[in-house]
Amino acid sequence: MRQGLFTVLSNRPLARAVHEMRLAGDASAMAAAGQFVNVKVGNAYLRRPLSPADWDEGWLTLVYKAVGPGTAWLAERAQGETLDLLTGLGRGFDPGAAGERPLLVGGGAGLPPLFRLARELVALGKKPRLVMGFASGEDVFYEKAFKALLPVTVYTEDGRAGTRGRVTDDPPRAEDTFLYACGPLPMLRALSALPLPGQMSLEERMACGFGACMGCTIMTRSGPRRVCAEGPVFPKEELLW
Amino acid sequence: MVDTAVTLCGIRLDNPVMGASGCFGYGAEMAKLYDINRLGSFSFKGTTLHPRAGNPVPRVAETACGMLNAVGLQNPGVHAVIAEELPRMKTYFHKPVMANVSGFSLEEYVETCRLLDGEEQVGWLEVNVSCPNVELGGMSFGTEPALAARVTRAVKAVCRKPVLIKLSPNVTDIAAIARACEDAGADGLSLVNTFVGLRVDLGTRRPVLANTTGGLSGPAIFPLALHLVNKVYNAVRIPVVGMGGVQSARDVLEMMLAGATAVQVGAANLVEPYACLRMVEELPREMERLGIERLRDMTGGMKRWEGK
Repeated sequence: MRQGLFTVLSNRPLARAVHEMRLAGDASAMAAAGQFVNVKVGNAYLRRPLSPADWDEGWLTLVYKAVGPGTAWLAERAQGETLDLLTGLGRGFDPGAAGERPLLVGGGAGLPPLFRLARELVALGKKPRLVMGFASGEDVFYEKAFKALLPVTVYTEDGRAGTRGRVTDDPPRAEDTFLYACGPLPMLRALSALPLPGQMSLEERMACGFGACMGCTIMTRSGPRRVCAEGPVFPKEELLW
Repeated sequence: MVDTAVTLCGIRLDNPVMGASGCFGYGAEMAKLYDINRLGSFSFKGTTLHPRAGNPVPRVAETACGMLNAVGLQNPGVHAVIAEELPRMKTYFHKPVMANVSGFSLEEYVETCRLLDGEEQVGWLEVNVSCPNVELGGMSFGTEPALAARVTRAVKAVCRKPVLIKLSPNVTDIAAIARACEDAGADGLSLVNTFVGLRVDLGTRRPVLANTTGGLSGPAIFPLALHLVNKVYNAVRIPVVGMGGVQSARDVLEMMLAGATAVQVGAANLVEPYACLRMVEELPREMERLGIERLRDMTGGMKRWEGK
C-alpha cells in the first residue's frame, strides 16, 4: 500500500453515468489486476474504493460509475486537480492460475479490472474471451478497447446493443478453462454454478480499505475474510452463496 | 526541547497518542507504513474469550464528518490472540500495548482479562463495557453503575496490571458510572466509545447497516466526546484516556486540557493511515507555538470563565 497524490490528466464520460479518469502519479504499488485504490473524495469522510482499468508506473486509469455524492464529486474533477489515493490495496487476480483459454465475465461497473487482466493474460500468451453485460445499450463502455485485445460477446438487457439478455445466458463452451468474473452479486452467484475453476472479485462497503477496521468481512469456506485485504478477488470455490 | 511524555497508570508513554481499539487492528497494517513505536502505544482489536465472526455486511456507513460501524467484535478469540497475534506483534512493536477486552458475561470478562494480564507485552487492560453493536453484553454492562462496578471489581480481582474501563456515551449520567468504576477499583477510564446512530437507504428503505444501528465516530463526535471527558475528569481522581473524533495535535491538546492523560485516535486512521504519526510529529511544533514545555502539565488545565 502507498498513499500518494495524483494529478487529473483527463476525466470524461464514457457511457450513462460512467466516467473514465486518467491520473498521473506514483502507481508503483499496484501489483495485480483486480487490486484497488481508495480515493479521498472532497465531500465525504470515507474514501471510495475503485479498481483501476489499467496503470503503469507513472499513471493509472479509473473507470467508475457516478452512483452517489462521492462518485458524483469525482465526475466533476477537472484536468490539473489533485486527488489523494491509497494504491496497491487488496489481492488481485492471478493470471497464472488460468489454463489456455480463460473466460472473463464482467457486468457493468465490474468490468474495469478485467481490462487490465485481459492485457496481462494476452501478454502471457493465453487466449482469453470476454462476455460483457449491461442493463442498456446506453451503458456500454470499453467495447472497442476490449475487442482490440480479445473476442468479446456483448449482452444488454434491453437488446439495444449486442445480444438481448444477460451474461449468464451465454452458452458455456467446452474449451473454456478458467473463469474470471467481476460484477453484481446476483451475476456472480449465477456464475458460481459454472463447472469451471475460477476467481471472482467482490464489492463491499468498506472504510479503511487496508485491513485495519474489519468493516468489510464476509464469511467464506475458510472462515471470516476481509474483502479489502484477503480479497477483493477470491477463489470461486471459497465463496458461500 | 519540549517534553511530550506522559504517564498513564504508572507506565510512561513517550507521547500521549495511541491508536484506538478497532481502528488499528493489531498494528500490523500501520507497521507496514511507518514505525508504530513512534506512538505512545495503541489498544488492539477488542478481544473476547471465544472467536467471533462479527456482524453481517454492510458493517460501515458514511455520515457527515464521520462514519457508522457495526463490526460486532470480530476477533479470533483470546487464545488465538495470545498464540498468534501477540508473538507477531512482538516483531514490530516493542512498547507496552493496551489489551481491549469485551465479554458477554461476567465470567467471560474475567477469564479473558486474566489470560491477557499474564502476557508480558500487555501494559494495561481496557475493559470495554460499551460496545453498541452486539445484542447481549457489551454496552449493557456499561449503562448501569452497579453492573459496571461488578465487572470492574471482578476483573480487578484477577489482574495485576492497570485496568481501565472503557465507557459508553449512550447513558444518562456518565459521571455516575465513572464514579462507580472508580469506587470498584478501576485504575483508569477511557472514553468515549461510539454514539449509537442510524442511516436509511432511500432506495431500499432499509437501514444501510445490516445490524440496523451502528456506532458513530469521526470528527462529528469530537465536541461531544470532549464534553464527556471533561465531565468524567471532574467526577473522578483516576486518569482518563480521551477519545472521539481526534484528528490533529490540536485536538489532542484540547482533549488533554479537558482532562485526558492520554488520547486515542480511532476513525482518523481509517481515512488517513498516517494520522497517528502525523499527530506525533505535529505535537512538538504545536507545543512550541503555544508555549507548552511539558505536555503532562496540560491534563485538566482548562480554565473557567469567571463565575462558572
